[in-house]
Amino acid sequence: MAMLEVKHIEKHFGDTKVLNDISFSLEQGDVVSIIGSSGSGKTTLLRCLNFLERADGGSIAVNGETLFNAGDRSAQSDGEIRKRRLHFGLVFQSFNLFPQYTALKNVMLAKELLAREQPDFKRRRKEILNEIEHQARQLLIQMGLADRMSNYPHQLSGGQQQRVAIARALALEPDILCFDEPTSALDPELTGEVLRVIRELAEKKTTMIIVTHEMAFARDVASHVIFMDNGYIVEQGDPVQVIEHPKEERTRQFLAHYAQK
Amino acid sequence: MELFQQQLPIVIHSLNIGFLQTLKLFFVTLIGAIPLGLVIAFGSMSRFKPLSWLSRTIVWIIRGTPLMIQLLIIYYFPGLVLGNNIWGSGEAGRFLASAISFIINYACYFSEIYRGGIQGVPHGQNEAGLVLGMTKRQIFFKVTLLQMIKRIVPPMSNEIITLVKDTSLARIIALQEIIWAGQAFMKGSQGISGAIWPLFFTAVYYLACNGILTILLGRLERRLDYFR
Repeated sequence: MAMLEVKHIEKHFGDTKVLNDISFSLEQGDVVSIIGSSGSGKTTLLRCLNFLERADGGSIAVNGETLFNAGDRSAQSDGEIRKRRLHFGLVFQSFNLFPQYTALKNVMLAKELLAREQPDFKRRRKEILNEIEHQARQLLIQMGLADRMSNYPHQLSGGQQQRVAIARALALEPDILCFDEPTSALDPELTGEVLRVIRELAEKKTTMIIVTHEMAFARDVASHVIFMDNGYIVEQGDPVQVIEHPKEERTRQFLAHYAQK
Repeated sequence: MELFQQQLPIVIHSLNIGFLQTLKLFFVTLIGAIPLGLVIAFGSMSRFKPLSWLSRTIVWIIRGTPLMIQLLIIYYFPGLVLGNNIWGSGEAGRFLASAISFIINYACYFSEIYRGGIQGVPHGQNEAGLVLGMTKRQIFFKVTLLQMIKRIVPPMSNEIITLVKDTSLARIIALQEIIWAGQAFMKGSQGISGAIWPLFFTAVYYLACNGILTILLGRLERRLDYFR
């Protein structure tokens, strides 16, 4: 059984259809790269997986549990969705760190708030908070930010901010971590440090879906590549196959355009 | 000079009493307008069209007409329509009418500042909170509120300092605030008449008060300076 099963996802904004019959699946430890030009629906797809948008059709299941089924409106209350979206993490193009908190607190905040819902939180308060802080520190060290924990976001470079954002997403231990063009807002010399961190996560068998324009990175890191155009999946499969020897004319055009740059 | 020395304590005593009324109106207005402004701000941002239309219309009317006219209407209109002055004839009634006019007026200005503050927080902050499993309430209190406050402090400081001076408008309905108290010595009061200097002297009170406010609000602004 696949870990993530996405079936027939449809989405339209008014009359414009932005996602058409999107189906794919991935296994534990897979890294999927989604490539395609702007406006092809990549970001909308990620936003549907994270429930920032509600798909109009199709279903999403993780580990056999149906998280979303467009036909079943009753199971789409805010409270239900809040729990289900924790299966997914999302790293944004624009980082979206909380500016009033230090790097460490950014990583801890959501977990702290969730811990308060545990029945034994009051009794084990100190212990739980210590655990959360320990885990957050470990994550920041893993991201190479050991000496940046007490800095506020505006004191960090873009690459550092994005690494904090990755640690923040990992802190909730999502089943699948999604990246929405994680390096598009960064200077070229800062993209390397973020890509390196994602590569390390791939080596540790973190299940990830990465929307990216970095073709070489997609080819090297991904176990599976999806090429999207105009709201459709045009081609998907082995990264070397799709990127080096695409079957579809549209994929070839897109990649040729990239090679020119 | 000798005359001035005789008059000074009398004038200062009167001005102190007037200034107390000024301060009272100032604080009551703040206490009322700060929360009411939030209600109006949420009203005008509401997705429920009639409510947002109503809120925006009220803001348009209040901001589009002079506060002095609003004071006159609120104080005299009930008397004209109902045939009796609901505010009573004393200072307490005039204060209540002034306070209500000021609260409504300032709440409308505040609401626009709040609206700017709320809409100025990037949408990504809300989305980041959502994907981290926070509730809407947690996102508001833990993420967006402080960012909003940081954005609204400078424009609010401006309005608050303007409010100190605007309280003088309440003398149009004979509220005995500090300018009213100063003016009394022109008409004649406590053996002093034709003296214009007490009126000039009121400026010292406003200046001192706004000096203190500027320092306090500046301090608040600096306390929020640690993040961007």
